[in-house]
This record gives sequence, C-alpha cells and structure tokens, in this order.
Amino acid sequence: MSPTATSSTAPPTLAAETALHTPPLPEEGLLDTVRRYETPEGIELELRTVGPVPRALAWMIDSAIRLLLYLAAATLFLSFGGIGLGLTLILLFLVEWFYPVLFEVYRGRTPGKQLLGLQVIHDNGTPIGWSASLLRNLLRAVDFLPLFYSFGLLTMLANRDFKRLGDLAAGTLVVYRELPSTRLSPPPAEPIPPPPGLGVDDQQILLDFGERSTRLSQPRSEELANLLREVSGASGEAGVTRLLGYANWLAGGRQ
Amino acid sequence: MRQQDFEQRHREAWQALHHLLDELERPRFRRRLSSSEQARLPELYRDLCNHYALARSRRYSPALIAELHDLVTRSHRRFYQIHNNGNPWNLLHFFIADFPATLRRHHGYFWLALALFLIPALALGVLSYHNPEMIYSIMEDGNVAEIEAMYNPQQRDDRSIHRGSESNFMMFGFYIKNNISIGFRTFAGGILLGLGTLFFLIYNGLVIGGVAGHLSQLGYHDTFWTFVAGHGSFELTAIVICGAAGLLLGHAILAPGRYRRSEALKRRARIALKLVIGAAILLTIAAFIEAFWSSLQLPPAIKYSVAALLWITVIAHLTLGGRSR
Repeated sequence: MSPTATSSTAPPTLAAETALHTPPLPEEGLLDTVRRYETPEGIELELRTVGPVPRALAWMIDSAIRLLLYLAAATLFLSFGGIGLGLTLILLFLVEWFYPVLFEVYRGRTPGKQLLGLQVIHDNGTPIGWSASLLRNLLRAVDFLPLFYSFGLLTMLANRDFKRLGDLAAGTLVVYRELPSTRLSPPPAEPIPPPPGLGVDDQQILLDFGERSTRLSQPRSEELANLLREVSGASGEAGVTRLLGYANWLAGGRQ
Repeated sequence: MRQQDFEQRHREAWQALHHLLDELERPRFRRRLSSSEQARLPELYRDLCNHYALARSRRYSPALIAELHDLVTRSHRRFYQIHNNGNPWNLLHFFIADFPATLRRHHGYFWLALALFLIPALALGVLSYHNPEMIYSIMEDGNVAEIEAMYNPQQRDDRSIHRGSESNFMMFGFYIKNNISIGFRTFAGGILLGLGTLFFLIYNGLVIGGVAGHLSQLGYHDTFWTFVAGHGSFELTAIVICGAAGLLLGHAILAPGRYRRSEALKRRARIALKLVIGAAILLTIAAFIEAFWSSLQLPPAIKYSVAALLWITVIAHLTLGGRSR
C-alpha cells in the first residue's frame, strides 16, 4: 500500500480553505510547550513536548531494567567460564548502546517512557525509524558528559522543544502520548436559546461548560455559572440549568 | 451545522478510522487487515482532516476538537510513516557498496582524521623508540608493566597474549565491547564542534604509537607486530572512519553552508551515521580476527603474509566497493 501516491492526486481540501478563516494562534510570547507542525493537508498538529524531569524519571526506570538485564546475564552466563564471560561482555555492549534503539523502533518508546506516557517521534510527527533512533542514542554518549546528562540538560533548556544534542542531530522529539478520549455528553436539560449577541468564542465556552459539567462538583458548577450571571440572568442552581440549556441548544438546536 | 448533527453524520467514518488505526498500530505479523481495508486510510484520513478543520473553525466544543485532533495525529503518523523492512540483504549491500561509496564521496574528512591519528602516532612512536622513558608521559606505570608482560616473549602465563580457545571467546566479547564503544564515542564527540573527535583521535594515536615504539625498543617485535599486524587493518581503519564521521558532524555546526545550523547538522548526521555503521561492522570483523587469529602462534612469515592480505582486502573494499561497472 502506498498512501502517499494516492494523496498526491487529492484536490485541495476544504481543510486548507477553512484554515484560512481560523484566527492565527498566538505562538510567540506564549509560555507553552506545544509545538505546532503543519501537515501537507493544511492541518496543524499539536505535539506536546516533554521536559527534563519526566525524561529523567523514564531514564531511571530504564536504567533499573538494564541493571536487571545485566544481573540476569551475569548469573546465567558466568558459570560457563570464558565463553560465558565473552557472551556477557557482548550482551553488555548490546544493551548499553541498542536497548533504547530496539524499543524505540519497534514500539516507539522504551519501557521507562511507556510508564510515563511518553514517546519518541520524528520532528514531523511520524514514528521514529532506524537511522534517527541510532543517531539519537549514539549521541547519548555526549549528552551524558561530563556528568549525568549535563550537556543534554543544557541543550534541552536552550531550545524550545527540549531537544538534547542527540535529538537535534537526529531530528526527533519526545512528546506525550495522546490519552484515550474521555468525552462525556452534557447532562440533559431543556434547550434554551441563548441571548442574542454571543460571539462564536463565547458559544464555544458554553459548549465546553456543558460537556465538562458532569465532571465538576455542584458548588464549582455554581461558582462558574455565577460568573455569567449577567448573561444568564440567574445565579446558583438556576444559573447552572440555564447555562446547560444554552449549551444543549447550541449543540443540538431546538428539538 | 449544529455540533450534534455534525457528530451524528460523521461518527461512523471516525469509528472506522479508529478501528483501522488500532490494527495498523499492531506489529505487522499480528494485523488482521485485508489490503482493501488498508487502502481506505487515505480517504478516511482526508475526510477527517476536513472535519477537524471544520470543527475548529465552527468552534465546536474543545473536547470534540481534541478528540478529532488525536485521531488526526494518529492517522498522520501511520500515513507518512517511513516503512523500513529489516532485510539482512540490505545491510550486506550497504556494507559492500553504499558504505565505501559514501566514504569516498567525503574523503576529505577521512584524510583529515587519518592525519590527526597518524601524525601523533608516528611522532610518539619514534620518540619512545629512542627514549624508553617517553611512554611514562602518557601511561601509568602499572599499565606499562602490564603491556610489557603481555608481549614479553619469555612470558608464558595467563597474562600472555597466547592463551586457550576459551579465553579467545572471552577476548572476542571484550574487543567487541571495548573497541566498538571507542568507535562510537569517537563519532559522538564530533557534535562538540568536532573537539571530542579531535581528542579521541589524537589520544588514541599517541597511545598506540607510544606502545608500538616502546615495545619495539624492548625488542618484542615478534610478539607485538605479529599480533597487531593482522587485525590492525580493520581496526585502525574503522577508528579513523569513526573519526571522519565525527568531523563531519563538527563541520556541520562550524560551517553549515547554505542551511541553518540545525538543518545542516541533521543532513550531515545522516551521512555520518552510514560511516559509523560501516565502521562498526569493520570493528566486529577486527574483533573476530584479533580474538581468533592474532592470538595464534605461527611463524612470523605466515602472520605477516596474512596481514598483508587483510590490508589489501580493506583497501580494496574501501576504494573499489560500490563503483559502477
């Protein structure tokens, strides 16, 4: 299958058109770790890059797993004399340099990153391949210098994607994996037409309130609804019901 | 269009894409997909892109937008994924043809790395041949004594380089771990503006030259030179190639040319990686020769002829491999 071949014949999509109408998202000056990548379809992907602390934790978990592998190899092979020692040394070499490579290429992440919900991808959002993975892990030797990833940490703090030297050379990113969607439908309420003059952004806020309200406690919902007392003309529980009514009307229209 | 109608109308396509991705994210051998099902990916993905853009511009609820965004990300990942199949023939072809051709295309780095290695080696070799104290300026007393014992023709115990076949295999493991790691570090050091590579090349040149000069001056020719002449062909060449790869990285940062530094680094790193993989294969062969052939006790004439043959092989491989007929 070659999906790229078919895509080249695709007409300019509606997505590309509508993208023009969405206001540009503020990129500069926003203190955020989201990296935006525009796909050939004119879609902006948001990749959430990972800072030093979760990556250090993942590294520690991986180190513990490696240590167990070394111990297992040693107990297994060392009873076989010279041959066993030779095998142990080869295994040590392979695990030291290629443990992350194999996991990244076949699973997209090492077990440590898996536990923290991280994964390694190319700059353009595609899964990491052999050459990028080999590069970023060979250069780990320098990132580790002079002590405990000092160079790696300095480099990560000096660019906005938290890339260490290996990531820069290989063109890779460490990002958070998307979580399984946990969308809830808004609680049933009589649809009420919202007051005129609401902008689209205001309408979106009402929709969001509707969908989130099942996860909010009653007092918090009321607190939020009280902020919109001037829009809904009601406060407390009545205010919440009104806002939910607006949300349902916006989502489904009159029924 | 209202959000609920929108969702109702397209939910089915999203679900189909969802299931397709679930299958595609499995390892290849566990997928249960017909090719016609796989072929639906482009169409479903293109529609989804439209839906996502619409949902954003119409300000549907952020939760719906987030849900679609995650689906877009997952499909994009599969759609533009580079398919690399681990065919062992590819690696063989790479080593025989692609690797030497790449090295020749960037031969300047190779000659520079060779000079950085060879000049200190020759200099310290000559110095320590004429001055027995010279070696102590770069090595610890204990290490010198150890090496002297190893190559002493009178020595016949465990410390000698002549040993049983079982320790041959142990040494094979040791050479793999030690030498290939040195090669990798020599390469990786290149990202520090080439300084790390510079250090490793010069340092290794000094030590190897110093030891060779020192042992020759002691008169251990037959044990030392017969031992190293054979595997040296693959080993030293490979270390110099790793150095060339490191210099390639350093040069990309120092003089990126028409690209941004990050872009130049990415491009040259891909080329450098080819050299490093080739060098790692050379080092594996070297470790094999060093462990099982170099330790054999044979008349020097045989050892030197085989060594000459190995050097010719390496040079022929690097100069002729990958030339079009």
